[in-house]
Amino acid sequence: MREFAYQRTTQIRDALSSVARHDGARFLAGGTNLVDLMKAGVESPARLVDIRSLALGGISESPDGGLVLGATATNSAVAADPLVRRRYPALSQAILAGASGQLRNMATVGGNLLQRTRCAYFADPSEPCNKRAPGSGCSALGGAHHNHAILGWTEHCVATHPSDMAVPLTAFDAVVRYETLDGPGEVPLSEFYLPVGDRPDRETALPDRALITAVVVPAAEVAGKSRYRKVRERASYAFATVSVAAALDVQDGVVRDVRLALGGVASRPWRARLAESALRGGPVTAERISAAADLEVAAAEPLRDNGYKVTLARNLIEAVLTDLAASSGAASGGAAGNGAAGAGEESDG
Amino acid sequence: MTDDTRSDISLRVNDATYQLAVDNRRTLLDALRDDLSLTGTKKGCDHGQCGACTVLLDGDRVVSCLTLAVVADGADVTTIEGLAGGGELRPIQEAFIRLDGFQCGFCTPGQICSAVGMLAEHAAGWPSAVTRDDSPERTPELSEEEVRERMSGNLCRCGAYPSIVRAILETSVREAVSK
Repeated sequence: MREFAYQRTTQIRDALSSVARHDGARFLAGGTNLVDLMKAGVESPARLVDIRSLALGGISESPDGGLVLGATATNSAVAADPLVRRRYPALSQAILAGASGQLRNMATVGGNLLQRTRCAYFADPSEPCNKRAPGSGCSALGGAHHNHAILGWTEHCVATHPSDMAVPLTAFDAVVRYETLDGPGEVPLSEFYLPVGDRPDRETALPDRALITAVVVPAAEVAGKSRYRKVRERASYAFATVSVAAALDVQDGVVRDVRLALGGVASRPWRARLAESALRGGPVTAERISAAADLEVAAAEPLRDNGYKVTLARNLIEAVLTDLAASSGAASGGAAGNGAAGAGEESDG
Repeated sequence: MTDDTRSDISLRVNDATYQLAVDNRRTLLDALRDDLSLTGTKKGCDHGQCGACTVLLDGDRVVSCLTLAVVADGADVTTIEGLAGGGELRPIQEAFIRLDGFQCGFCTPGQICSAVGMLAEHAAGWPSAVTRDDSPERTPELSEEEVRERMSGNLCRCGAYPSIVRAILETSVREAVSK
């Protein structure tokens, strides 16, 4: 590991100016990903500016009834928060489906959004990787990629974003707030992660040296009836092969609002807008749920060894929406109870 | 870049205060083992994946391999050496021995520190990924399934899991009764 300077800051302004003043300086929060990547030689900051003493750890209700998640609130604190559990259950469920108890006690909201892919080639400096070493090539394209992207990838990079938390946040239209030396700014999470294009090393729309201060989740009645379901290769403590965050609001048998996002399928949480549009405003039936799931995955382009994810994503969308429809007591046309079959090798329901 | 790559820190470990001069790259795990000779905390994977290095940092269970020592400056650290007080084992330690909660013992300090943190999280009403009724009004019952999920960050290559779960469940029941 490269030697680095360390400083602890208690003022946002000090943290920003330190990172602006020192080349190669990085913010440090929980460190669960950054410190690990430093050990591997993938990251080599010259200075770490510890932001955990900044007053950014709060979780509060916004004036419109939404949520403000402070950037340094731990994953554990967000998952256990009564407001989160009551109004955005899929968010709590997603966080609890990720990592381990120890890591959730360390990891933060801001760090979770900025964590790097777990593509094994990215983590291995001896291998070509356009995300780590731009222009060196993508080892996963023709290599071990059974857990890589099926949507939105390019020949430059086929890695997926590993976050569980960001999947429901994307479904709930969360907004990332940040601070810079020139003042504050914000960007919707749906535009936060850049398309892969030919520069997969450029991952987010966050301005250079900006500090994430909070994630704001707008009030949404539909989110109160939401669910996160994750399929992985062991029963706990593993990244998603495919995951789904879904929320469904049905009134008089008609879909009033629906939110759907997928994890484990692309370089960012994948908002399933095609399926949402197909369902919104219409009756909730098994046939329509099935058609919406088909529609969403129709654009998928699986790699040589991950075609299973297309089927898995399709079935998972269908299963979660069917469960939500059944629990809202509004399903008709046989949607209730039978659509959950065939969701693949699910190990964590 | 020579001076600012090292830091003078103060660690409070098991109720004793230590002043240390550390390279900023030093992990809390290495500081405990190599600087303070507290070798009860084990280095397994050194990547946060096995839980062998679990300690309590200001009461919360964390992996000490991904915690920089300098980050822990000023914090309270409890390791396996600090759990037993005055020669008396904690109930969780006693239960691991009586119920065979280990075979080779390498993961055991991490398992026990993790269990202490986990039982406190459960007592605080935190849900887990397998909690069926996750309404904030209810404290979930600590079933075998709950223990397995909440302890999934601690691997045991000997496969002593059934006994580990029994030891934790029994301790949980005893603590509930004694309250």
